[in-house]
Amino acid sequence: MLAKKMKKNDIKRDPFIHLTRLPDPKARHYWFSKLISVVIALLICALITNAMAPGSFGDFFKYLGLGTFSSSLQTLRVFQDTAILLLIALALTPAFKMKFWNIGAEGQVLIGALGATIAMKFLAGTMPNALLIFVCLALSILFSIIWAVIPAIFKAFFNTNETLFTLMMNYLASGLVAYFVFVWVPNGSAVLGVINPNTHDGWLPKLFGQDYLINIITVVIITVLIFVYLKYSKHGYELTVVGESQNTARYVGINVKKTIIRTLILSGAVCGLVGFLLVNGTSHTLNADLVSGRGFTGILVAWLGHFNPFEMIFTAFLVAFVTLGGSYAGDIFRFGTAYSKVLIGIFFFVFIASEFFLRYKMNFSTEVQAFFKKIGDFFAKIFGPIGRFFKKIFTPVGRFFKKIFAPVGRFFKKLFKKKDSPKEEPVSKEE
Amino acid sequence: MKAKFKLSLFALVAVGALSACGQQAAAAAYNIKTGDSYELKINKSLDFSKVKVGLICLHDTNSTYDKNFIDSMEEARAALGLTKEQVLIRTGIGEDNTCYDACAEMVNAGCNVIFADSFGHEDYMIQAARQFPNVQFHHATGTKAHTEKLANYHNGFASIYEGRYLAGVVAGLKLKDMKEKDANVASKVGYIGAFTYAEVISGYTAWYLGVKSIVNDVTMDVTFTGSWYDETAEKNGALKLREKGAVLISQHADSLGAPTACEQNGIPNVSYNGSTEESAPKTYLVNSRINWAPYFVKMVESVSGGEAMGYDITGNRNDGSVLISDLGKKASTAETADYVNNVKKKLADGSLKVFDTSKFTVTITQPSGKEGDFGVNTAAKVDANGHLTSYMADVDTDANYTPDTEVVANGEFQESKFRSAPYFDVKIDGINLLDTQF
Repeated sequence: MLAKKMKKNDIKRDPFIHLTRLPDPKARHYWFSKLISVVIALLICALITNAMAPGSFGDFFKYLGLGTFSSSLQTLRVFQDTAILLLIALALTPAFKMKFWNIGAEGQVLIGALGATIAMKFLAGTMPNALLIFVCLALSILFSIIWAVIPAIFKAFFNTNETLFTLMMNYLASGLVAYFVFVWVPNGSAVLGVINPNTHDGWLPKLFGQDYLINIITVVIITVLIFVYLKYSKHGYELTVVGESQNTARYVGINVKKTIIRTLILSGAVCGLVGFLLVNGTSHTLNADLVSGRGFTGILVAWLGHFNPFEMIFTAFLVAFVTLGGSYAGDIFRFGTAYSKVLIGIFFFVFIASEFFLRYKMNFSTEVQAFFKKIGDFFAKIFGPIGRFFKKIFTPVGRFFKKIFAPVGRFFKKLFKKKDSPKEEPVSKEE
Repeated sequence: MKAKFKLSLFALVAVGALSACGQQAAAAAYNIKTGDSYELKINKSLDFSKVKVGLICLHDTNSTYDKNFIDSMEEARAALGLTKEQVLIRTGIGEDNTCYDACAEMVNAGCNVIFADSFGHEDYMIQAARQFPNVQFHHATGTKAHTEKLANYHNGFASIYEGRYLAGVVAGLKLKDMKEKDANVASKVGYIGAFTYAEVISGYTAWYLGVKSIVNDVTMDVTFTGSWYDETAEKNGALKLREKGAVLISQHADSLGAPTACEQNGIPNVSYNGSTEESAPKTYLVNSRINWAPYFVKMVESVSGGEAMGYDITGNRNDGSVLISDLGKKASTAETADYVNNVKKKLADGSLKVFDTSKFTVTITQPSGKEGDFGVNTAAKVDANGHLTSYMADVDTDANYTPDTEVVANGEFQESKFRSAPYFDVKIDGINLLDTQF
């Protein structure tokens, strides 16, 4: 109906809905909206949980907390997962700022992990442990850089589509890893198992007796470094310019090809670090599913953090928190592993929606507005009398209270007016 | 006997009278009761309030294998009076580091005993057992507990070959019946295995010996899928076996691929770890399964001040760990239940042994010297008739599968005696492997 009518008077175009960009929100509005999104997402999750297991509304929150912060070990685990996800997002950020759509973090991390594994498996015992760890790190970074630079070279010199290129490199990486595991484990179970389980050669040491702590600290340092690199270095500025407009970049004398390749070397190096931390610091083994989709989740984390390293911490933490808490709740409700993925999906959905409503205003056509007004009038018709009824009852009550409390109020007003220092007022006026 | 005779007479009459729904009426008249009953023994004097159990499963309840563990766990939980919060069940945990992560998360959540259900979980369970010495770790089908010698790491299994054998007897009776009805039916059965592990070899050999105890000239083709759960591969496996002439099929893989393929092609099927009668009503014969509930009860008792458990724990038919189901309502044949119940008695009193060396023959082929040819059954010794007199099995797991333990004694291959997980990997005559790449 609407479409037909619109066609009739197409001189005056009045689309059903059109969006207008709003100015960037203030920081406190922005964070308030994030907070509200978390609350709304949690409520939706709880409601869905309650629908699947009636009466579990409260338990949902209980288990979400128990699954994440019930013990110091588990708390550390939340931060470890946050750290890995954050590091992947950080690796992607410089490339994304340059509008180089690198969706190959999954493969870049995996190939780095392969490099670390090769060193850990075949060089163990031939050199001191500290050197072995260093060789693992070097090899994983080298492998990942190669994996990231291949698409970059093709992009810089032949202008190939980097999205497809990096995506396909993921499959190559996972195929390669599967191949090597198959070659190393001839019995066909394709389970490499823990490498150096007794000697712990190549394992990152525990810090203060805690697993993962070294990973978390590394990521904190890298976060700061990437922030500085993007915000204050010449390189960081150059890649932003290349992202905004390659012509402008050329005009001001930036070597675009060099910038693309250099940025992807950085991207790959950080991915290699992730692979190293996963193998040497976390799993001590390798399989094709080691990264388990975090290379892709990292993309969302980077975007939702608006490429600001500190903002990304928030999203990465939330993903880790919901995944761990959700899987614990799922264990008890007998929902299976897909449950925590459903929760994550809801969170991302609400987050992206909040971003949308924060940055765009929805303008409805006059017809729709009239329709909304009708609905409004309808409700006014129903609720109006009720409102008036309540007004009738409560107005005298209110007047009565006013009569009683007005003198009290006046008394307090007098009391505080005397204490108020008059000097403060001009200062606030100046501001 | 008289009563039974009357029953089958009634069946005949029923078939004659109600030709339209004759099959159902006939089936209802058979005795299908071969299902084992058992009782969970619980030490009620123990306090279970401090127990928190974690169960790690490779797949979820869509896989008959994992469903079997989950159902057994819920059964044990109810019997022990544990709350849902005291039992964490995590499904979909791959045979990779996620297993160790799941262990760590469960320990962090306060679990004091954790059980994992898949073969590939073992290395990660051992890693976790080393990491958390105050928590007990149990692993089904694993082989390393008796060599790792960790006080908190245990391997559990059951003498499922007895269940397989009984299921094989049911299949044999069906095959005999098919041959009697139609002389052209070949004496050939088929089997779909997941991997060429000893667990699978032991299973299909026991099943084959069960069939062979009824139809002596039977042969069997075996095909492998290389996965515990691959619906398409299992379905294709069944079709491949049918092409090769198998008239009856069983499997050791966890999806409904093979049972549904059999149902579509009218091939009688014996399933494992759960009834597939609902999805394959016309062709479902019987299933055998390991009932883990007794094991879970023992496991919970052991961390509540009860009896401690050793490195290897093998459940058996006496404690209710190895069960055979009731017969399928439509595919099974009359007289089967009586025969099977009789075989059960013989197994129980020891007069019948599944891996009786006089019941099968073995051919030894020495390696030809070509690369990749390791020969067949080189760890075996046989007498003039081809019966096994000695076999060195790989009981202590190592990378090269070095045979290390003599397992033939008293005219029997002593399965599950030196460790809980199966180590029977003899290739006996009459079984033809179509592919061995897994």
